[in-house]
Amino acid sequence: MTAPLDVPGSDFEATPEAVLAGQGDVKAIQGRSLGQIAWMRLKRDKVALAGGLVVIFLILVAIFAPLIAGAFGQDPTQFNSDLIDPSTLVPKGGTGIGADHLFGVEPVNGRDIFSRVVYGARISLLIAFLATLLSVVIGTLLGVTAGYFGGIVDSIISKAMDVFLAFPILVFAIALAGVVPDSAFGLTGDTLRVSLLIFIIGFFSWPYIGRIIRGQTLSLREREFVDAARSLGARGPYIIFREMLPNLIAPILIYATLLIPTNVIFEASLSFLGVGVRPPTPTWGGMLADAVRFYTVPHFMFFPGMAIFITVLAFNLFGDGLRDALDPKAR
Amino acid sequence: MQKTTRLGVAALSAVLALGLAACGGGSTTTPTSSGAPAAAGSTGEFNGALTAVVNPSDKKGGILKLANAGDWDSLDPGDTYYGYSWNFIRLYGRSLVMFKSAPGKTGNELTPDLAEGLGTPSDDAKTWTYKLKAGIKFEDGTPVTSKDVKYGVERSFDKEVFPDGYTYFNDFLNWPKDYKGAYKSKDVNTDSAIETPDDQTIVFHLKQPLSNFDYFAQLPATIPVPKDKDTGAKYKEHVISTGPYKFDKNEIGKGFTLVRNDQWDPATDPNRKALPDGYDVATNVNADDIDNRVLAGDLDVDVTGTGVQPAALGRILPDPAVKAGTDNPTGTRLWYTSINGNVAPLDNLECRKAVEYAADKTALQTAWGGEFAGGQIATSLLPPSIPGHEDFNTWVPGADNKGDVTKAKEALTACGQPNGFETNIAYRAERPKEKAAAEALQQSLGRVGIKLTLKPFPQTDYFALYAGKPGYAKDNKLGLAMNGWQSDWPDGFGFLQQIVDSRVIRDTGGSSNISVRDPEVDKLIDQAMEQTDPNSRNGIWTQIDKKVMDDAYILPNVWAKALLVRSKNATNVFVNDAYGMYDYLGMGVK
Repeated sequence: MTAPLDVPGSDFEATPEAVLAGQGDVKAIQGRSLGQIAWMRLKRDKVALAGGLVVIFLILVAIFAPLIAGAFGQDPTQFNSDLIDPSTLVPKGGTGIGADHLFGVEPVNGRDIFSRVVYGARISLLIAFLATLLSVVIGTLLGVTAGYFGGIVDSIISKAMDVFLAFPILVFAIALAGVVPDSAFGLTGDTLRVSLLIFIIGFFSWPYIGRIIRGQTLSLREREFVDAARSLGARGPYIIFREMLPNLIAPILIYATLLIPTNVIFEASLSFLGVGVRPPTPTWGGMLADAVRFYTVPHFMFFPGMAIFITVLAFNLFGDGLRDALDPKAR
Repeated sequence: MQKTTRLGVAALSAVLALGLAACGGGSTTTPTSSGAPAAAGSTGEFNGALTAVVNPSDKKGGILKLANAGDWDSLDPGDTYYGYSWNFIRLYGRSLVMFKSAPGKTGNELTPDLAEGLGTPSDDAKTWTYKLKAGIKFEDGTPVTSKDVKYGVERSFDKEVFPDGYTYFNDFLNWPKDYKGAYKSKDVNTDSAIETPDDQTIVFHLKQPLSNFDYFAQLPATIPVPKDKDTGAKYKEHVISTGPYKFDKNEIGKGFTLVRNDQWDPATDPNRKALPDGYDVATNVNADDIDNRVLAGDLDVDVTGTGVQPAALGRILPDPAVKAGTDNPTGTRLWYTSINGNVAPLDNLECRKAVEYAADKTALQTAWGGEFAGGQIATSLLPPSIPGHEDFNTWVPGADNKGDVTKAKEALTACGQPNGFETNIAYRAERPKEKAAAEALQQSLGRVGIKLTLKPFPQTDYFALYAGKPGYAKDNKLGLAMNGWQSDWPDGFGFLQQIVDSRVIRDTGGSSNISVRDPEVDKLIDQAMEQTDPNSRNGIWTQIDKKVMDDAYILPNVWAKALLVRSKNATNVFVNDAYGMYDYLGMGVK
């Protein structure tokens, strides 16, 4: 700092080098991308990171369910009647928890709760992810369309969203899942039930994401870079896909992550009410429904209940962290 | 009289002995010889009230406290269709005949109530005559005449006003054409169905021979209703009593109280002891709460008589002292699986046999609730408490009841399906026990390669649209269907006719019989309905039971049992076989 102004401009370049020199690094500073900044922020948020790790763990559990259950020699639909007291129907010794059955066994039929919870993760996550994907796709397309074109298009789509939001979706879902026969649309059995649940859940939750995207689009539409593109002759589709969508990635990602736990709960509710996947395929909600009759053996309710709780909590923590990282102003 | 007093003393000492035994855990000193039923019953041992009276007493007074986890379908005699309600209604209503208020099989016997004797049939069993006792009055003092009985039956005809009731009288009496019941066909002459030549005589005319009409005459619809006091659908708020008790307060949905009816004359009524001064009944009480309060002695009876909740089982069964205060009657309900011969390959007897052999009956028993709360493993249709029941086991599912895989595989080979086959099993989605039973069958039949897919259906339309609709069941390959049946009264007709007569199956659906189609069985039913001699008649019902089992159209699961808790405060506690629960007519308060 001896001669501050003798070479104009040099001060600007010299300062960072001087700072970095102390660390033995001579690399010039680089502009960071939005993703990098977000990742940096996310790394500092230990709670969100923990949530993310649990999410990854759950996904791995779901993928490798047969291996995990198989490691204990258990099958989720195998009866173990010899472990059940024939008069009170509860497992002998209270829970049946032991080396073979980590979480104990179910009353009445003695099925292994651990393997059922592990397999339950498959149905739960599969439905939650795909339903979220469906509602994100519909919500984004309609939200952007409404926000960008405005006018009559906006009115129609917004009214449609109002209708969907006011719709008694749970009641409708129960009715629809009840009346669809066992083979329809070329699908049968579990495949049909899972597809049906994905459709019901995804199709009815798109307005939540649609509204947010529409609002974001409305404000983006007035920004200078959109004006610039338009003045250069760009048309609607180009502007939507090339100019708008990249700027909408952050909110889409955030709300998708937050929609997943809602859908996990929704799937569990439907299974609880008996309109989800058919037995004996294990689902967390279905296990809870079975457990209600046996509240005196709380382990039956505890493990599937904890599974739902942990999944929802992990996704919510991760989703919150992601929002803070991607969009600090939204805090 | 003297005898009962002596028994009362014995009961008191026995109770003291029980109290001591409960502390010490030792055995009671009372002899357990079955030759002294009253003494055996009064020890208060497990199942003591099945065959004997526990705590016999003639002490009057006190209020008996009852609770119901739900509510009556209706308190109206023309509109009630619950077994417990028919048991309870005898406190405020007298029908032409009634079941004896006595323990065990004696409770199955019919005895005259309003009538002087059981019905007198004509030779063709198409006309039945009853004479009413003199001196019976309504709670307001008006004498009861045969016209009041006739009016009671006529008003029960209207299923729009009284949707809960049965249709036995509608279906069997020779009503005028287009008759619509006492309200809508006011001035129609119904003498072709019911005649009242004088105030003490009533004559029923039937469309077809019916050898067991006395069971119809015990139905609550024959309880007299005074025409000028009838308020139609609102009559249930204050039923005009003919029995020893009348309604005091009645808040539908919350509960009601009964007080003594001073117009009831014990001289006309040898069947009712009428010991308590009144009854206090609460409805819509939490079921687990009821169990806890009965066990604690705050409450006397769970009026529905369907047994304790699973939570209470864990408290009762492991503790011998608590278990000694309970009874475990086998009711008149059969839980079973219909095997639909319309669905290939179950049209082949050998394939149906394979199902019978492969089923693990112990797993089914557990699914229905275990040996105490679920039931006794059933080997045929007629439950043990119904006359005509005979012990036989056509298809023995192994010595341990866990299924005979070898025999099942042989049957499959004979059927031409050596590797098994695929079919569906229907059950009612709202019923966890049916689901558990379907899952148990899925497991056990899977061992021989019979692959079942579970198909839940809503219970409201189970018979009307799904499992009970022949076309739907066939098109959707519902080879098996969970089913259950309880007789309206303990008699082969009441139990079997609706579930084995192929003529009740309608293409439009709705019948409880969804699988038994055998012309020979139909012929036997016709024979039984014309046979007025009870013993020969019961023999025919046994024959029918065997024939249906030979056809393998039904896989019997269990005969339902209920674990009932005896009240700590009640006297004269016994199970009446006709209802499969405690008899509410005999009970008194200590």
